[in-house]
Parts: sequence; C-alpha cells; structure tokens
Amino acid sequence: MDIKDIIKEENKVYGKTPVLTDNVMHYCPGCSHGVVHKLIAEVIEEMGIQDKTIGVSPVGCAVLAYNYLDIDWEEAAHGRAPALATAIKRLNPDKYVFTYQGDGDLASIGCGEIMHACNRGENIVVIFINNAIYGMTGGQMAPTTLLGMVTATTPYGRNAELNGYPLRLTELLAQLDGTCYVTRQSVQNPASVRKAKKAIQKAFENSMKKKGTSFVEIVGTCNSGWKMNPVKANQWMEENMFAKYPLGDIKDI
Amino acid sequence: MKEEIIIAGFGGQGVLSMGKILAYSGIMQDQEVAWMPSYGPEMRGGTANVTVILSDNKISSPILNAFDTVITLNQQSLDKFESKVKPGGLLIYDPNGITHKPTRTDITICSIDAAEECAKIGNPKGYNMVVLGAFLKMKPIVKMDNVLKGLKKSLPARHHNLIPLNEQAINVGMDKVKVEFEVK
Amino acid sequence: MAEKILLKGNEAIAHAAIHCGCDGYFGYPITPQSEVMETLMAQKPWETTGMVVLQAESEIASINMLYGGAGTGKRVMTSSSSPGISLMSEGISYLAGAELPCLVVDVQRGGPGLGTIQPSQSDYFQATKGGGHGDYKIIILAPAYGQEMYDFVELGFELAFKYRMPAMILADGVIGQMMEKVEIKEQKPRWTKEEILKISPWAATGKTADRKRNIITSLDLDPISQEQHNIHLQEKYRQVEENEVRYTEYRSEDAEHLIVAFGCMARIAETAIDRAREQGIKVGLIRPITLFPFPKKPIEKLLPQLKSMMSIELNAGQMVEDLKVIANGKVPVHFFGRMGGVVASPDEIYEAIINKLK
Repeated sequence: MDIKDIIKEENKVYGKTPVLTDNVMHYCPGCSHGVVHKLIAEVIEEMGIQDKTIGVSPVGCAVLAYNYLDIDWEEAAHGRAPALATAIKRLNPDKYVFTYQGDGDLASIGCGEIMHACNRGENIVVIFINNAIYGMTGGQMAPTTLLGMVTATTPYGRNAELNGYPLRLTELLAQLDGTCYVTRQSVQNPASVRKAKKAIQKAFENSMKKKGTSFVEIVGTCNSGWKMNPVKANQWMEENMFAKYPLGDIKDI
Repeated sequence: MKEEIIIAGFGGQGVLSMGKILAYSGIMQDQEVAWMPSYGPEMRGGTANVTVILSDNKISSPILNAFDTVITLNQQSLDKFESKVKPGGLLIYDPNGITHKPTRTDITICSIDAAEECAKIGNPKGYNMVVLGAFLKMKPIVKMDNVLKGLKKSLPARHHNLIPLNEQAINVGMDKVKVEFEVK
Repeated sequence: MAEKILLKGNEAIAHAAIHCGCDGYFGYPITPQSEVMETLMAQKPWETTGMVVLQAESEIASINMLYGGAGTGKRVMTSSSSPGISLMSEGISYLAGAELPCLVVDVQRGGPGLGTIQPSQSDYFQATKGGGHGDYKIIILAPAYGQEMYDFVELGFELAFKYRMPAMILADGVIGQMMEKVEIKEQKPRWTKEEILKISPWAATGKTADRKRNIITSLDLDPISQEQHNIHLQEKYRQVEENEVRYTEYRSEDAEHLIVAFGCMARIAETAIDRAREQGIKVGLIRPITLFPFPKKPIEKLLPQLKSMMSIELNAGQMVEDLKVIANGKVPVHFFGRMGGVVASPDEIYEAIINKLK
C-alpha cells in the first residue's frame, strides 16, 4: 500500500487548525502553553471569528504567542494586557478580545489591571496560565508558587514569613460583580483538555453577551522551571497544585 | 483699551464667577480676555483670587506685578494687594470686618458694603454682583447689555431666570459705591 | 461665524477632542488638569460622536489603554500632570517602540516628587529627551494660549498619524487653568472603519483572508533587526526635524539679544521685552511651539546679529542646554528661571534682562 493511499481526506482523524501558524513553538517539551494555544485556535476556527478576534499577549513565556495564532495581536507591557484589552474592546465592541497572561504577568505586576478590568466588567476573555513560577526569566518565585516550593529566588523553598502565601487570585476575581464566568481548568490529559476547551469556548461566547468578564485559569506545568520531566511534572501538579488550586467553575452566571 | 484687574477674597464669595462674568462681558464686545485664578487647596474655603484682563489687543502676560484695579473682599486680601494698584489706579474694598483701612494717597479708593446691600434687597447670593456693579460704576469698561449677555453665557440655562435678580444687584452696587478718596 | 467661548485651557482640550473626532480618552485625575476628564464626562460625547471616555484605575492603565486603542488604528488620548506622566513614561516608550500614534497632554506642575500643584516647566527634559527607556522621541507641542490648547489637539493627532508616533501637548498650570476666548470649530466625524483601514493598514483590526496578521509590538529579540528598527525610528525623527518645526517670533528682526521661552513664559517675557525696548535695549523673542523638533534653524539664522541669548524657563535650566548647543560658543547663553511652582513675573524677567543682557 502506498502512503498516498493512506493520506486521504476520508481517512483524516485529526487536523491542525489553520488558525495555528506553521511556526515551530519555542516552548519547552511538556509545557502547557502549546496545548492552550491550540485550544484557543480551535475555538476561534470553530466559531468562525478569525477576522473578528484581537489577542493581547503578555510578557513572560507567552510573549511570542503572536507567532503562533494567525490573528491580529497586540503585545502588551508586563501586566498591562487587561488595560489594552479594555480599550480595544470599548473602541471595537464588535471584536472578540482576549488576553493571554501568565501568573507573574497577571497575578503579580498586573494585579491592579486585572482587578479593575474585571471589576468594570469589561466584555473580554482572560486566559490565565498558572504554573506557579516565572518561566521566561529562569524559574523565579511567582505569587502562585506553593509554600515550600523551590525556585531560583526561593532556593530553600517558599516560606510564608519571608514570601507571603500563594495567591488565589481567581477566587478573588470571582467575588467581583464585573465577572460573569470564572473557572479553573487544566490540560494534562484528554479529558481535562476537552473540558478546558469548552470553558474557553464559553468564555468567548460570553464576550458578545454584555455579561461581563470571563476568566479562565489553566493550572499548568513548567517542567523546566520545576526541574522535572513532563510526566513527573503532570503528576506533581495533580498531587500538589490541585490541592491549592482546585479545578472547576467558581462562578457562572 | 486695556484693563488689568485682580479680585481677591474668601472662597465662596463668588470671586471667580464675578471674574468670569466680567471676562464673558469682554468677549461679548469682541475684546481679548484672560481669566487667571489662583488654584489649589486654598480654593476649598480659604482665600481665592482671580486676575481678569480685558484688552483690545492680544494679551501677553497673564501674570502681573501691578493692576489698574484691585478689588478686595477681606482684610487679608486688602493687606496683600493694596500695594499692587498702579499709581493713579483704583482700589475697591468691602469695609465689612476691615480694621486696617487702605492708606494710599496716589490711587482712588472706594468702598462697597456689598453684604449689607444685598441683604437689604433680599438677595444674599447677589453679593458678587453688587461688587461688580460698584466696579462698573467706577470703570464702565463694559456695557450693561454685554454684562447681561455675559451672565447668560456663563450661567447654566437652568439659572437664567436669576438674571433679572443679578441685574438688580449690579444696579444696587452702582448706586451704593462710595468714593472715599479720589486721586487727582 | 465660528463661536467664541470662554474656556479654561483644560476645558479647551476636552472640547477639541470631541470636535476633531477623537475616538477615546482614558485618564486618571490629577491637579491641575482634572477639568479635561470632568468636561468630557459632562459633555457625554459617547451619546453624540460615539467617543469613549473612561476613568482608568491609574496613569499606568491609562497609557496602556492608549496603546491598546492606538493599536487598532483609533485616535486615542490621555491627559495628566507631571507625576502622572512619570508613571506613563514606560508606556510612552512602548508606544514609540511600536510606532503607535496617540496624544498625551501634560499640564505640568512643580516637582520633584509629589512637588506642588502650581505651574512649572520642569518636565522639558522628560518630554523632549525621552522620559522612558530607549532611544526615542515624541513630537512635543507647547501651547501658550487657550486657543492653542484647542488647536493643538487636532494638530497633535495629525502629526502623530503622519509619522506613526506619540505626540504630546506640553502645557503648564497657567495655560491649563487660565480662561481665554477660544474659537470653536465645526464637529468633525470620527473615522469610519473603512477610513481606518486605509489610514492605518498596519492596525490590529481583525485579520481578514486578504492579508497577513498584523502584530503590534515593540519586541524584537534579534539585535540586528532591532538595530534596523532603531535606524528606521531615527530616520523618521530626522524627517520630523526637517518638516515639522513650528515657532513664533516677537520683535526679533533687529534684536541683538534673543530671549527663547515657551508656553506661558513666552507671553510673560513679551511684556518684559516691551519694557526693555522702551529702554532702548534691542531684545526679541523666539517662542518654540514645537520643542521636539526644536527650532534650531531659525535661531541659527539670527545668530550673526546677536550679542547674547537668554533662556527663560520655569525650571532650573533645561532648554538652555539646547540653546548652548546652537550657540556653540559664538554668543553667551544666559538663563533665568523660577522653580517649584513659582511663576516668574514680567518685572523679574525685565530685571534679569537688564542684569544679564545689557
């Protein structure tokens, strides 16, 4: 049998969405970013909104997210993506506007912007990747770093007295009247990937309903920063991260 | 024609709005105008002053060392600005609560007991218009119909019914201003 | 006939924004410029022109909202005063790096730190030399009249879009708080979607099938290509210097002594110049309207007839450094200034002229 007999449309079981570019991702093998990028791209394709979507990328590992999704993008200063998205959406209410931010960007330096964008109920989507570490700058402590967790700036483990406590920002944002949908998901296995995709789709659909801000946290791994292989990192996440950051919808109205 | 004026008193006496009406009156007769307030925390209840310039020509400096006319509505302002009247110029002051009267002999000095006069006509809010009337009597640099047009421009429409009351207060000020000393 | 109304400089900015078809204002209250947003909120332009007006949570958010809005090809602006501009400076650097047009208004107050709320010109360096990081310039317009506060909003947007760079109106507490007669222009419509696509094909307006995706960014990790980007920016700044110099002159034709002053200080200096002229001192004025690009050539042109130059500023001596470069040792360059929110009076300037220029 020739290979051409196999590669046929009727035999196709999976295809890469054209909303993902052909650029090779710079993410480490095992990183959660690639999966989440793909889910967003698929949602954009399935909703048919490629020409109506504007993404805002952060500072952190996803700074180059604009290389991977074939949509118009704005690259924000560190932490300020929700401010950009606020103006983009208010000036272009017919567009789907989302920010893609990590835990350092969103929960540390950008804590003010995310709070106020959510509190104003901006009709945007926020995708929050929480891997409890600063990946791009080389594995320093993030606001979401667990107690006892070793990072480049907590070489003896995060200590509450010295460094404070892991910040559960998602629960805080759920308290705000401006948010309509707040959920925490993960992408470490097929079942969780399917659920995460549904959550992202719901968030995008909300953004035209004038209901307020939709916030999707994805608890992810950083096997490089955590210094574990991808399998071990997923296992460690399930055993440790989910205890502090339990999965599921926190708010859905 | 160029007239450089400073109006000084307490916040709440209507110093800024009197200046604004004067400036608007100037615009109504096609003059160049500038209205430069003191601003800041002192505006919230302390002393307030505003420089108003009306001129036939383009106005250069809005910051002035001396004035053609100084209008003071309390002792502090009188103490501060008496020396700033140009020789031969005009000082108008409210004598209410004044213990140290003006002493210069090279300027014309007038007083207007505006609080009493506006109380007499039952229009305590007309205080600054009585003062304006006193000034316009001494220096009729803007015509009354332009003042009324200026009032209309500077007051929100919902207050336009108060214009006749303001006009009355201006007339009272014109009538009651007292010349205490006239420079030759 | 166009209507002439009495407006504070700050109010003139707000009315001009609406009238010229600005798409969005994003700001944070700070004295002495809060009337800009207060006036916009009172005018409710979202009900008439569709202009967005938003009180942001901080100056940092405001300037990043400008980045977001400008990135979609909209005409967006903010206003603040000195400490707020310091907070915005990072964002202005990003806007310059990403080549985004926008308008920033700085109604300066005295510093450093929290300083005072009284008028100052002590942010000349910050504005003209780049307050944020990296090699960049922004167009600086320095109004001296309420009418210029009004007119420079539209001019600022025009220049910002012509060169794809931020423009700033560098005013001060005097011009912001003073009321003057302002001639109001006719309402212009905001740009349509089609106009935006034509004017700003680079903008993030939603990727359509007929073009590649548009990416608004100031990031380029490859130093060679980042250098190329810098060369391109510098070339653009040279064009701005070549084409966009604006200034006025006052009694300078036969001047032997030249005063250079901008904003409110130029007007105050005019009064002092008149007095000095009465004393037979041949003194004139150049008032730079654009501080970047600085009016080098007009000053150089006068150099052969000059015996001295003098910079008058509400700061410790900032623009004077630019004058010294232009003078290049040919004539002495003097300086007179007041600081911390004190506004120099015509008498003081006259004394300074007598003492230093005679």
